[in-house]
Amino acid sequence: MKLTQLSLFLENKPAHLKVPCRALADAGISIMTLSLADTEQFGILRLIVRDWQKAKEVLENAGCVVNTTEVVAVEVEDRPGGLADLLDIIEKAGINIEYMYAFTFGRGDRAILVFRFEDPDEAVTKLQAAGVGVVEGVSLYSKGK
Amino acid sequence: MKSKTHASGGGFNPTSAPDYLPQTQLRELQLARLKFIVKRAYENVPFHRQRMEEAGVTPGDIQSLEDVAKLHFTMKDDLREAYPFGLFASPMEEIVRVHASSGTTGKPTVVAYTQEDINVWTNVMVRSLISCGCHRGDIIQNAYGYGLFTGGLGAHYGAEALGATVIPMSGGNTDRQIMIMKDFGANVITCTPSYFVHLSERALELGTDLRDLPLRIGVFGAEPWSDGLRQRAEEIGGIKAYDIYGLSEIIGPGVAIECAMQEGLHIFEDHFYPEIIDPETGKTVAPGEEGELVLTTLSKVAMPLLRYRTRDMTRMIPEACGCGRTICRIARIGRRSDDMFIIRGVNVYPSQIEAAILKVEGTSPHYQIVLTRAKDLDQMEVQFEVTPEMFGDTVGSVENLQRTLCHAIESTIGVRAKITLVEPHSIERSQGKAKRVIDKREG
Repeated sequence: MKLTQLSLFLENKPAHLKVPCRALADAGISIMTLSLADTEQFGILRLIVRDWQKAKEVLENAGCVVNTTEVVAVEVEDRPGGLADLLDIIEKAGINIEYMYAFTFGRGDRAILVFRFEDPDEAVTKLQAAGVGVVEGVSLYSKGK
Repeated sequence: MKSKTHASGGGFNPTSAPDYLPQTQLRELQLARLKFIVKRAYENVPFHRQRMEEAGVTPGDIQSLEDVAKLHFTMKDDLREAYPFGLFASPMEEIVRVHASSGTTGKPTVVAYTQEDINVWTNVMVRSLISCGCHRGDIIQNAYGYGLFTGGLGAHYGAEALGATVIPMSGGNTDRQIMIMKDFGANVITCTPSYFVHLSERALELGTDLRDLPLRIGVFGAEPWSDGLRQRAEEIGGIKAYDIYGLSEIIGPGVAIECAMQEGLHIFEDHFYPEIIDPETGKTVAPGEEGELVLTTLSKVAMPLLRYRTRDMTRMIPEACGCGRTICRIARIGRRSDDMFIIRGVNVYPSQIEAAILKVEGTSPHYQIVLTRAKDLDQMEVQFEVTPEMFGDTVGSVENLQRTLCHAIESTIGVRAKITLVEPHSIERSQGKAKRVIDKREG
């Protein structure tokens, strides 16, 4: 269902992406998926990890600025048109997508996508009403191993 | 046995008696001292004698306080040229201490004290601390730098004479400062305001919230600071923050101080005679108008200074103060004219930028102004350290913040600045004075 995503502010300079990744690595925390938004000046690194509280603590101790955001994980069929069909549903439901990215692993013939909606609760309700498979955090994490 | 519990405010302390002198008595005292100091400078310091002769003025011409306007100004450059001991009025065997200000360009400026001068300095520092609500029995952590800088020793002797317990920490070594503050139960801290905010932030990182400690008063000075920074210091430290003003050329800290009303700073005018002048023309401004503060030391034996140009911009507050002190008040110094920079023909003070930043909600005072020149056009960049409060997960939210900051600055000073957001702790923290402006332009 709703997942907690960590977002980090990074300066757009060499080696600045490495600091948080190394900190997580040293703490034995695996990144389940990520996306990086970049501008000329700065970047925003968004991360999904299993234990976000611990990861946040590790990152803050490494001197990073960390924010948390609620995102929604949705399961679609891993076939041509899987995403396009889902976007049709989202469009009809009148939900605006701030951004989205995909998980690096699938579940057999299914793919998992991460959506950032302005109002995640409203989005979850509407998606479920439309019969879309919103993934529970617990089941997602158990599949990620 | 010192009591560790105090009522707020505190009773009258006899050391502060001169703060409450009736005006006629105060003026008589000032005139007697002015006559003495002008004569002393004329007879013992060739620089002052020469300037007075050039102006055709003799000590006998000083018959009223207004006659001070007949005298020459003394500039910072005059002190530099007299390096090291050229402006001393006392023989070296009577001088018990020297201090020197950091020389930003070339040689430092040296100042001297006889024992009598040290006693005056201690007296005005005691009166300063009393004015901020400090008492005998307080534990004062003195984080002003000890050494040639006047801040450390000035606050130290004042705090001791008050009857407080002094922790002579000096500046820097922040983690140790925090440990000592906590373990010794300091309830007063003396340092620069920017350093205090730095210390408070570091304490939070180490898991110590200063609001949970006995600390209740900060006596902050040695750099100009805005009301926004005061709020920040008070919030993060759980303290009352007071502004102390001073400069080594005059005596050090303890030239002027806030009182409980916090509506300007009282100048200890029984020792330091103030004038407010137009920095362009040198003429005295109308009462209450802004101008440059000029000070004449009325009792300094070792190194009397006549009409010293402080480069600090302020104005007199003519109304009587609610605290009952009769000595005059000046508005807080928001800017030093030597902090000022000119960009594209506009005079800019870092404090104006700071005020603009603090208007934008949720931004911290850690910033730095970088001036560069590209193709003969001056560029101003303001770098901010990002905090979790000011950034979101979308690019739009960050760009929006940049626009808000850019607009706030432009509407304050009329110059467009490039806004760069940087990671936390990437701007160098001040251990002493805050370095707010980096000027990379040539010439």
